[in-house]
Amino acid sequence: MQVLEGYVKQVRVMLNSNYAVAYAVRDVDVDVIAAYPITPQTGVVEKLAEMIANGELDAEMIHVESEHSALSAIIGASAAGARVFTATSSQGLEYMHEVLHIASGMRLPLVMSVATRALSAPINIWCDYSDLMNVRDSSWITFIASTAQEVYDTIVEAYMVAEDPRILLPVIVAYDGFWMSHTYEPLYVAEDKSYVRTLVPRRDRVKLDPQKPVTMGALVGPDWYYEIKYQQVAAMSEAYEAIREYDRVIGRAFGRFYEPVEAYKMDDAEIAILTYGGIYGSLVEAVDRLRGEGYKVGAIRLRLWRPFPVDDIVRVARGVSKLLVVDRAISYGASIAGPVALEVIASLHRAGLDLDVVSYVAGIGGRPVTESDFEGMFKLALKLGRRAREIGTIYWGVRGVSYD
Amino acid sequence: MPGSSQLLEVRWHGRGGQGAVTASTILAEAASYEGLYVQAFPEFGPERRGAPVKAYTRISRTPIRSRAPIANPDIVVVLDPSLPPTHYLQGLKSDGFLVINSKLPARDIVSKLGVSRVVVVDATAIALRTIKAPIVNVAMLGALARVVSMVSLESIARATLKTLFNVKLEGPLDSLIRSSILGEAALGNLEALVEAYRLAEVVEV
Repeated sequence: MQVLEGYVKQVRVMLNSNYAVAYAVRDVDVDVIAAYPITPQTGVVEKLAEMIANGELDAEMIHVESEHSALSAIIGASAAGARVFTATSSQGLEYMHEVLHIASGMRLPLVMSVATRALSAPINIWCDYSDLMNVRDSSWITFIASTAQEVYDTIVEAYMVAEDPRILLPVIVAYDGFWMSHTYEPLYVAEDKSYVRTLVPRRDRVKLDPQKPVTMGALVGPDWYYEIKYQQVAAMSEAYEAIREYDRVIGRAFGRFYEPVEAYKMDDAEIAILTYGGIYGSLVEAVDRLRGEGYKVGAIRLRLWRPFPVDDIVRVARGVSKLLVVDRAISYGASIAGPVALEVIASLHRAGLDLDVVSYVAGIGGRPVTESDFEGMFKLALKLGRRAREIGTIYWGVRGVSYD
Repeated sequence: MPGSSQLLEVRWHGRGGQGAVTASTILAEAASYEGLYVQAFPEFGPERRGAPVKAYTRISRTPIRSRAPIANPDIVVVLDPSLPPTHYLQGLKSDGFLVINSKLPARDIVSKLGVSRVVVVDATAIALRTIKAPIVNVAMLGALARVVSMVSLESIARATLKTLFNVKLEGPLDSLIRSSILGEAALGNLEALVEAYRLAEVVEV
């Protein structure tokens, strides 16, 4: 990411990623929030409730009895024209599942933050990406942030993207539960929220209005349902270009220019390691250490998960002979169990590239993934060579499992 | 002084309710006033009063990239002396400091635990006297300040006011501790901080 001076005046504050979400939601001036508390997301809505209570944010907070209702409530509010927000994690996201499809099918510009967390059973409140990966086919545009700064910036960007008349799809901004949601770090936020409000102006769209009645979410038979769903396909595909435009808008405003796929020391790299979320920093540290040992290795970070940035992946990976993809979720019984690894392989296939992609699963249920883990994964992949393809997916760090 | 001139890693050990997690963020906030890069995070678990709690503070002159837990701290701060030493001494660097809340003299801690660099303060007594409650985190920050060069006691005082009372005050320590806008609780915490700084016993063998 390139950092320049943006035109929006900013102040340096100390926040964790949960609070960074709340600051951004306040700064874009949402109208309606509905949420149900769940660890590790709860800090987001606690902070928003405090902001409403002390007059910093003029919004309606709807207290609901479940996440299913939280999402349903903001669907109603959004259909009536409000700017809305909710936040969740883990079981809460799963409990929303059927409503996720209703939100995107109704083409409502909702924004939701997800502090990613493992799924029960057994009960585990710690970080992995099982919850997020389970909702990948629900037609929500999905970003995965790596720092509290990026969380703040991306929430603002999410409203630009969601409300763009070319897109009108809901957006998830995800980040590591605990590793980021509970980590305090310095970041820059707009000094005055009016700056951000002008960045995300209110736009006209079709809404529920008694003076001009419309029906939303009606029954559609086999004669038209497919065409309506294809419109979602088209909107998702068009969203890519719009996101690139808004990356530049955010860049000019804040001075931080994001890319769907970020590369580190990839210019002369022969081997690359790709991951996403809060562990990217440890990957970059590991790459520096491995470079010190003489390996020509680089790091790649996926920021945009849906729509999947196929061309960016191909462009950045084109020069390497081996690509390790480190996922923190398991697609049980899949040909390749790492959800992102599978997408990477499909992207390379589309470009006719046949390089060794090594799928790693790590960090499940909050197991730390450190610099040493990345170094270990790198060295094991070298040792296994082409045999990694036959193995399919390597479950890094599981007791009692060895690949030597 | 422990740590390199570039990076200082602190691990906090306490029990739920003593304020270890809050102390980790106060130190980070204070270091941010010095223009440093910082990170503070708890060892995550279901929050229960009385259960062992770990928290971490990283302070660096260069951007911090890793979010991994601190395995080899420069300083270990122990808020509750009843915690098992095998637990809190794990991975402490050989030239690292143990900052501990204890009624024992520093020499006894050194010989009992086999560590060479120790800061000891009776933070419980100070907290009971100053803030009238056995919440020792701010007192422990005062003791810690004795062996940290990257962050001043004044910055820690300002960060304490900001974090605990949402009060933004600037100025030298002398003026902060006499500020007329501060309530009894805020002044009590500043007193705990300064008292612990003054009374802490530093031993290096």
